[in-house]
Amino acid sequence: MHFTINGAPREAEPDIRASLLDLLREHLGLTGTKKGCDHGQCGACTVLVNGRRINSCLTLAVMHQDDDILTIEGLGSADTLHPLQAAFVKHDGFQCGYCTPGQICSAVGMLDEVAKGWPSHVSGSLDAIDLNDAEISERMSGNLCRCSAYPNIVDAISEVAGLAPSGADA
Amino acid sequence: MKSFDYARADSPEAAVAAGGRFIAGGTNLLDLMKLQIETPEKLVDISRLDLADIEERADGGLTIGALVPNSDLAADRRVIKGYPVLSRALLAGASGQLRNKASTGGNLLQRTRCYYFYDTAMPCNKRDPGSGCSAIGGFNRILAVLGTSDQCIATHPSDMAVAMRALDATIVTLKPDGDRRRIAIGDFYRLPGDTPQIETVLEGGELITHVELPPPPAGTQLYRKVRDRASYAFALVSVAAIISVEDDRIASAALAFGGLGPMPWRNPAVEAALVGNAPSTAVFEAAADALLAGAKGSGSNDFKIPLTRRVLIACLRDLTGGTA
Repeated sequence: MHFTINGAPREAEPDIRASLLDLLREHLGLTGTKKGCDHGQCGACTVLVNGRRINSCLTLAVMHQDDDILTIEGLGSADTLHPLQAAFVKHDGFQCGYCTPGQICSAVGMLDEVAKGWPSHVSGSLDAIDLNDAEISERMSGNLCRCSAYPNIVDAISEVAGLAPSGADA
Repeated sequence: MKSFDYARADSPEAAVAAGGRFIAGGTNLLDLMKLQIETPEKLVDISRLDLADIEERADGGLTIGALVPNSDLAADRRVIKGYPVLSRALLAGASGQLRNKASTGGNLLQRTRCYYFYDTAMPCNKRDPGSGCSAIGGFNRILAVLGTSDQCIATHPSDMAVAMRALDATIVTLKPDGDRRRIAIGDFYRLPGDTPQIETVLEGGELITHVELPPPPAGTQLYRKVRDRASYAFALVSVAAIISVEDDRIASAALAFGGLGPMPWRNPAVEAALVGNAPSTAVFEAAADALLAGAKGSGSNDFKIPLTRRVLIACLRDLTGGTA
């Protein structure tokens, strides 16, 4: 099977049953993407497919041979952090860090959805979005953090979104 | 997961001819395959079919391709303008990641989230016909109070389908013999009776290709969902309501309910209790009486009956201007 991952062509022969998540981790060595629940409930496996955030555990690798797949490894590196990675460090948006790659990939996709004008469950109007902490929390509800670093995650995303700080940094 | 054959279809005709289980977003089917609750021998990948557009029809309605993702449908400007109850219902469901994957057709065909359907160590008539129902007499907090049978008290989990039921959507299908069917959403789902494993009127190999919405209805639209956490949870009770008021009387009403029954629930008696009357608490109570006349709790879901009454009355009060 042929894949395009982080801009590069990759070849692998996973079992037909392999999820996109297992392809990344077990066949391509891209272990930045994490397996939490493996049932689409925790968001640790979030990656971007053709620019949209999805749960990589709930889709088959074989179904994504023609897609552009972007993982945390493709967003930034230790030397050149993505702005969201830098903001998570600055605001201490994690404790154990296991959910962090999924949180950051999800936030990248989420901010793109906001830029496209997509409303959310908490949007007062479906026509105009006023991005605030409540909007960020609702839009990130598919990413769980068992360390409960949520306030700092919201602060990190809020800063990258260009919002005024909502409170004291951790 | 049991292994399977895989084929990618390049047209709806090829998909129905392929003779396998269709997979689009896969967010529900793959989850169930991992648990071996679903064990298809062949998957037919329909995700690349040209069924991902939303088109306006001459009559003013919309035709929604079966592969339109939930995210795109919720954010479509024509849906927001003419069918805000549908946008609101979609946005109340699942997470951003899941809405990006979940398709319109797949959402209609979601399986129940009954705990015992998922627990393969326990009897379940829906998963294993004839084995018994563990939910009756078990943990049933999230389960149905309307339309149940002594074989099954599962709920249909969709929010989207509840709004579509209030909007009188039509489901368009393609059968393996090439015939097309147009099925009113009110005729699409089946009550469990003694065959809870059969959930819709779809025949073997029949593919949902589109969902049609009639022209936008008159009145004000609302979707209200009550759940155990503020986001990313299935409904305990949800209400999709479309009400118009003229000359201080309710001129039209369409109400559908989630979390209560084995299908997105609608009862014409509820609407008959409202239409023609001036909004008042007594009228709203009568509508709730009509909805809940046959409601039957199974113990830990008994609370849904008074909860539904209160949520319905609150919705009606809000939609009629808080006059009652």
